[in-house]
Amino acid sequence: MIETTSSASAELPLFPMPRASGCPFDPPPPLLERQQEGPFTRVSLWDGSTPWLVTRYAEQRALMADPRVSADITRPGYPSSAPVPPQGNTIGFILMDDPEHARLRRMVTAPFAIKRVEAMRPRVRQIVNELVDELLSGPKPVDLVEAFALPVPSLVICELLGVPYADHDFFQENSKTIINRDVTQEQRLVAHGRLAEYLDSLVAEKSRRPKDDLLSQLAERVLAGELTRLEAAQMGVLLLIAGHETTANMIALGTLALLRHPDQLAALRETDDPRLIAGAVEELLRYLHITHSGRRRVALEDIEIAGETIRAGEGLIFANDIGNRDPLAFPEHPDQLDIHRDARHHVAFGFGVHQCLGQPLARLELHIVYGTLYRRIPTLRLAAELDDIPFKHDGSVYGVYELPVTW
Amino acid sequence: MKVSLDQDRCVASGQCVVAAPEVFDQRDEDGIAVLITATPGTSDEEDVRHATAVCPALAIHIVE
Ligand code: SF4
Repeated sequence: MIETTSSASAELPLFPMPRASGCPFDPPPPLLERQQEGPFTRVSLWDGSTPWLVTRYAEQRALMADPRVSADITRPGYPSSAPVPPQGNTIGFILMDDPEHARLRRMVTAPFAIKRVEAMRPRVRQIVNELVDELLSGPKPVDLVEAFALPVPSLVICELLGVPYADHDFFQENSKTIINRDVTQEQRLVAHGRLAEYLDSLVAEKSRRPKDDLLSQLAERVLAGELTRLEAAQMGVLLLIAGHETTANMIALGTLALLRHPDQLAALRETDDPRLIAGAVEELLRYLHITHSGRRRVALEDIEIAGETIRAGEGLIFANDIGNRDPLAFPEHPDQLDIHRDARHHVAFGFGVHQCLGQPLARLELHIVYGTLYRRIPTLRLAAELDDIPFKHDGSVYGVYELPVTW
Repeated sequence: MKVSLDQDRCVASGQCVVAAPEVFDQRDEDGIAVLITATPGTSDEEDVRHATAVCPALAIHIVE
C-alpha cells in the first residue's frame, strides 16, 4: 500500500488529469494505464489529500452500491473537488445519505417513473421536430449547442418543473458558473444563491397558484409541513442544472462523435429499428461518459475488497469513464464506438442508491434526438476543424462549448 | 422462481420495469417499484434475472 504522507502525495498524479490533445473522446491515457495495473490506485487532490481511485467496473459497481460507503460531503475524508461551504444550504440530496437522502429523493421521483416519462414522448418529439424545423429554415453554419443541444433538454426540464423557459438565459448562465471548475468558490456560491432565490420565489408563486408541475407538488409539500422552502428551492436548483447540462452535452458531443465515425452514423441514420437506436444511446453514454471528474464517496467502515483494504474515513473516487472502458466488462474493443454492442450495463448514470434520478428522461430525449436529427438533416457536417472546436476541459461535465455545423 | 423486492431500498429508477414489465410496476405517487407477481412464469425468468442485475439499489432478490 502507498503511504499517505505529504511526500508520497507529491509523487502521486493529480486528479482529475488532462485528456490527451487531439483525442476528444478518450479518457486521460494515464488513467487507463492505472486500470491495467489493478482495480485501486491512489491519486492526489487539490488539497493534498490522497483518496483511492477505483478504476475497474466490477469494483466500482460493488462499492457504489455498498451501504458502508457514504455520499455525505460533510464527513471527514470526503474527497471533495473544492472546499466544502461552511453552511449546508448548497447541499442537495445527492450529497447526503439515507434516510435523509431517501426522504428528499422520493419527493421528486414520481415524474421520472417509466410510464410517466413514456407519456412525455409525443411532447418531446414535438419539441425536437420544431427545433429541427427552425434549424432548417435558419442561417447556416449554425452553432448546434446554442440552437439545438441546449434548448431540447432545457425546454423539457422547464416544462416538467414548471419553470418559465423565457428565463433560460438567466439560469443557464448561473448553472454554467456552478459546474465550472475554474471559478472561485465565491463566484460559485453567488451563482448558487441567485438560482436558489429564483426557485424560492417560483415555489412561493406555485403555492398561491398551483399548476400541474413538479414545483407545484413541492410547494404543496411545503404547505403541508413535509419540506422546508429552502429544501424545495434546493431541489429545484439541482433538477434544473442536472436536467439540462448533462443531456445537452450528450447531444452535442454525441453528434461530434458520430460525425467522426461516419459508418456508425450511417447505420444509425438508416435504421427503422427502435432497438438499434436505443442501443446507440447506451453505447454513446458508455463511450463518451461526460462526467469525467469522478463520483465521490467516503468509506464508513473498513472494507475488504479484491485483496485491498479500504479503511474507514478514506476517500473513494469512482472513475466511471474508465469503468466504461474496462475490457473485463466490455470485452470487444472497449475503446471503439460500436452502436451494435450491448452496452446497457454501463455506469454512465452511476450505480447504487444515488444513480441518476433523471436517467429515464435522459434516455428518452437522446432516443428521440439521435433518431431524428441525422435523419431529418442527412447531410449534417462539421463547419470547423476539430482543432478549432472548444472542449470543456474545465467543467465537471465534459462536452463542447460550441459545435459549428452546416448541411 | 420466487422474487422479493425491498421497497425501502428502491430508488425508483424504473430499470426493473424496463427489464421485466410483466413482473414489475411503479407506484404512481412516488415511482417506488411494486411486484405484479412474486412467482413469475418460466418465460419471464430471464427478464427477472436481468432486472436483478441492473437494479442500482440491489433491491431485488431471487429466492429459488
Ligand atoms: S430497478 Fe431497483 S431501484 Fe429501480 S425501480 Fe426497480 S427496484 Fe426500484
